[in-house]
Amino acid sequence: MKNSDRLIRAMIWDRRRRAFFGVLRELRHDRPGFIGLLLLTFFGLFALAAPLIADRSALLAASGRNNPDLAAPSAKFLFGTDEIGRDVLAQLVWGSRVSLFIGLFATLVAVVIGSVVGLVAGYAKGKVSAVLLAIDDFFLVVPFLPLAIVLAVVLGRSPLTLAIVIGFTSWAGSARLIRAQVLTLRERAYVERAQALGAGSWHVIRRHVLPGVAPLIIANATLIVPVAILTESTLSFLGFGDRLSPSWGKLLDGAQSSGSITINAWWYFLPPGLCIIGIVLAFTMLGRALERIFDPRLRGR
Amino acid sequence: MSWRYLLKKVGGAFLTMAVVVVFNFFLFRIVDRDPLAKYRGRSKLTPEQRETMIRRMGLEGSKWDQFVVYVKSVFRLDFGRSFDSTQPVLEEIKMRLPATLLLVGVSTLLTIFIGLYIGTKAGWRRGSRFDKASTSASMVLYSTPEFFFGMLLLAFVAGRTGWFPTGGLRTVGADHDFVGNILDRFHHLVLPMLTLTLGYLGSYALIMRTSMIETLGEDYLVTARAKGLKDSEVMSRHAVPNALLPSVSLIAISCGYIIGGAITTETVFSYPGLGLATANAIQNNDLPMLQALFMLASAAVILFNLIADIIYAFLDPRVKRVE
Repeated sequence: MKNSDRLIRAMIWDRRRRAFFGVLRELRHDRPGFIGLLLLTFFGLFALAAPLIADRSALLAASGRNNPDLAAPSAKFLFGTDEIGRDVLAQLVWGSRVSLFIGLFATLVAVVIGSVVGLVAGYAKGKVSAVLLAIDDFFLVVPFLPLAIVLAVVLGRSPLTLAIVIGFTSWAGSARLIRAQVLTLRERAYVERAQALGAGSWHVIRRHVLPGVAPLIIANATLIVPVAILTESTLSFLGFGDRLSPSWGKLLDGAQSSGSITINAWWYFLPPGLCIIGIVLAFTMLGRALERIFDPRLRGR
Repeated sequence: MSWRYLLKKVGGAFLTMAVVVVFNFFLFRIVDRDPLAKYRGRSKLTPEQRETMIRRMGLEGSKWDQFVVYVKSVFRLDFGRSFDSTQPVLEEIKMRLPATLLLVGVSTLLTIFIGLYIGTKAGWRRGSRFDKASTSASMVLYSTPEFFFGMLLLAFVAGRTGWFPTGGLRTVGADHDFVGNILDRFHHLVLPMLTLTLGYLGSYALIMRTSMIETLGEDYLVTARAKGLKDSEVMSRHAVPNALLPSVSLIAISCGYIIGGAITTETVFSYPGLGLATANAIQNNDLPMLQALFMLASAAVILFNLIADIIYAFLDPRVKRVE
């Protein structure tokens, strides 16, 4: 018994591994998707290499005391300095970690809520499903930026709170998608067979339904990340977030409120803006490519 | 359209709004246990003033009593006084609403026309040079935070050329005649309008393109071609009207975002509408103002969603049968 269990597990992992490399192979032939993956790798390495490029102490307010304010790029400061003399490049590299962390954590929150609601609303029938759908409807309709703003004002302005708030306001669409997929899976013969053999709901959802919706969840999650990063930059621009550990959006807020635009200090506001565009493009292109790979009906679009 | 469908949709809209009202109470009175703690001037209040504020904000008695007072005041559109200006919130909103309606209204119209045109053309000639160029451009537009467009326009257009004012609603202190006044306002409107248009153009074009491509695969289009209709007739009489269907709800929903959509753009250009009011309310922890703005934004979206559902049922009778 033990041995056959191990064998089955090994087979499952083997299949997953092959599926993973299969997706990678297909990505290589999907130009936008491949560019997205390359861009993403670049930003990932950028974030990992932060300590090699600049010391974290360069973020402290005191670090700029002896530097010129809003100085143009020079050999010492490749991206110039901000309004209190801090190195812009240092803030940009460390900011990549903040932006990526908030984007990914918010997505995790959204995917967990969206998957649970979608799976249960699709699999359960009757009242449970109706109640979940009503909640989902509410979150679909209520404008999510004003909702995120009032939540963040009441709950707190730290990056972690922002991530949770963004995740909490962006799961409704994926719950709807996942539910639709579960509804079709539930009618499949292999699910009915498992039910007929006496499998409980939990077992059927975990072993038969979840693997069927997993590709959808992965592609959908990849498309939530860019929206979460954009929302984070908007909220940071409006004053949320932490000025001493700035995300890219917070850097734009600093550039705006310090008057760097009036004196055209482009080294201050161009890099964070371009970084946001780059990372959002990367995730969007990769996510759309994954959609095409997992759902062949979308090909050629 | 059947009465049942209409009734169901209207009822749903009222129910959603009721949930928004309850949610608002829950957030600002229960999650936030002491709303007055966010009032900056609280340390200077005399005990009597503090009492007055607590009474005015409806913070007396049990939570249930507070809820009853709150619901009554919502029906009277009484949202209390702004922490910041100490003026009634409703007056503040009324004062700023026209500027936002003008800005977002004009840019939404522009976005609709340009976005749908580009999307239609790209989808009709899928794979063409125009399609590739416009789809890439739309992706970049979609990926850019709209306030970044505003910053770029300010720095590189207004700053470099001096052709446009850098902010505000009109030239302060200028003495214009009627026509001059309108021209002056328009002059101030150009850059914020361009910012919002660029910000939303990408998603409109992409959605219209996808919907056009979907329509092109339908049987009735093959029939239209087989009848020997000219290409332009197939496009304008058969493809575009059907492809526009998904855009109807998109347009209606974006009309609902009129209130919330311009927050960052108005901030960049110090354009004194509801968006700038929201940004200021965030800076000042102005809870009464934020509550009202949130409810107004939700009401607008719910209303336009309802309108979209009704228009949709007129345009596409299949909807009612599915429901």
